[in-house]
Amino acid sequence: MSDVVIAGVGMHPWGKWGRNFVEYGVVAARAALEDAGIDYRDVQFVSGADTVRNGYPGYVAGATFAQALGWTGARVASSYAACASGATALEVARAEILAGRCDVALVVGADTTPKGFLAPNAGERPDDPDWLRFRLLGATNPTYFALYARRRMALYGATERDFAEVRAKNARHGLENPNARYRKDFSVDDILASPMVADPLRLVEICATSDGGAALVVVSADYAKRKGLDAPVTIKAVSTVTPAFPQTVIEMPNFATDSGVAVSDSVTPFKDSITAAAYEEAGLGPEDLSLAEVYDLSSALELDWYEHIGLCKAGEAERLLHDGDTTIGGRIPVNPSGGLACFGEAVPAQALAQVCELTWQLRGQAGARQVDGARVGITANQGLFGHGSSVILTR
Amino acid sequence: MSAILKRAPAIEGWFTIDDEPALLGNRCTTCGTVWFPKSSFFCGNPACDGSEFEEARLSRRGKVWSFTDAQYQPPPPYIPRSETYEPFALAAVELADEQMVVLGQVAEGVTVNDLEVGQPVELIVEPLYTTDDTEYLVYKWKPIDGAPA
Repeated sequence: MSDVVIAGVGMHPWGKWGRNFVEYGVVAARAALEDAGIDYRDVQFVSGADTVRNGYPGYVAGATFAQALGWTGARVASSYAACASGATALEVARAEILAGRCDVALVVGADTTPKGFLAPNAGERPDDPDWLRFRLLGATNPTYFALYARRRMALYGATERDFAEVRAKNARHGLENPNARYRKDFSVDDILASPMVADPLRLVEICATSDGGAALVVVSADYAKRKGLDAPVTIKAVSTVTPAFPQTVIEMPNFATDSGVAVSDSVTPFKDSITAAAYEEAGLGPEDLSLAEVYDLSSALELDWYEHIGLCKAGEAERLLHDGDTTIGGRIPVNPSGGLACFGEAVPAQALAQVCELTWQLRGQAGARQVDGARVGITANQGLFGHGSSVILTR
Repeated sequence: MSAILKRAPAIEGWFTIDDEPALLGNRCTTCGTVWFPKSSFFCGNPACDGSEFEEARLSRRGKVWSFTDAQYQPPPPYIPRSETYEPFALAAVELADEQMVVLGQVAEGVTVNDLEVGQPVELIVEPLYTTDDTEYLVYKWKPIDGAPA
């Protein structure tokens, strides 16, 4: 199978700008097109990642961005997969190119978010578990992050200080990132003085909600060759897997796990299976990685990801962190962008932002946060209701 | 408030509110998989094409898989119980017979300092919110006194 190539990437900086999400998407798209040196009118397919917090234009994001950039008759698709929407939109575009239906596709995700906890949309919806978990349990997103963090403490002896050290590392990584919303150095003591939100997680350790936009221009290998793109970044894998039954780890927004009573064989846990599928498609493994961008919805969750993506065995993530392996300059830097800790979450843009960061790193364009000699990068991300997402890029 | 309030579950069919309250799930009559909340129309086991279920009272006791609390008031549709917000704890609890984990609030007055992973708990019901004439109840997990962790 021929590879799909990343010709251009672009972002609108993350923040709390309070403007229309379409504006962020268009800024990001134009930046990606300029980066690629491709005229917008040459785009044959526009793939949008939806936002569900901005009315109808958000549900048909592909068409919304296409109209905002100017109608050209390009084909269009809109995808929603919660936090994994960007990866799904990328996968739709990649499939169009691999099927030979187009050579140039534009992938865009952007969001405008309200303040505070992510809450369900208004209205009475007693059949919607995402509504019910707030009504019956008062279970917010940090509730679930904190359950994993506390479990990690009980199983592996992780401490609040370990979690704070993850946050401090990511604060340092993001300091020089012009697209990051939070560029502030935090000491471990600063973090441990932050108010507790969901024990053992504190305010600055939990991902905020942000406005932002990210875009990719992806092209066929033939097109890249014709355009004379030199040693481009190529997509080796996109994983969009769902869990296998029975799913025995409690996941947002559920009230319970699956029951395992009727199944005797064990299955690969969901978070492990997300990147396992990507490694299999790419023919690469964790030992090949130069860097990773993982979904640090909380400081503690980043440690879980080290294990899920195969950087170390279960229970060894704290050692990796303390040895400096996952810091820029270490063996396998994780979240050199600063991660969600420095960005906050702009849901449909976030999985694309991870791909933007890998692309800049693999091209050697990441400035002060550059990972030396980066050749292979992976993203890992997970969306509500069973959406896995992982992308492997090489150069 | 002098009138005697009616007691009712905050959601119909999810749990009983008798002296020994229990979660109400259901069991696929084809493969035996237990579902909570109840499954309807189809079984979610990919190896099973069952579509008939019998109601199942889930185990009233389990062990804490993990726990946390809510130190800030959750957003709507959560209904705060008092004007001054009072934090509450939550626990995900493993039920051995059902081989599943169920998330719930923890009994009033119990904080994270009273909880640990592996600790035995049992199901109770407590008020979630109150209207003019009705006290709406929800299931909660309560540590079993004197039980070793």
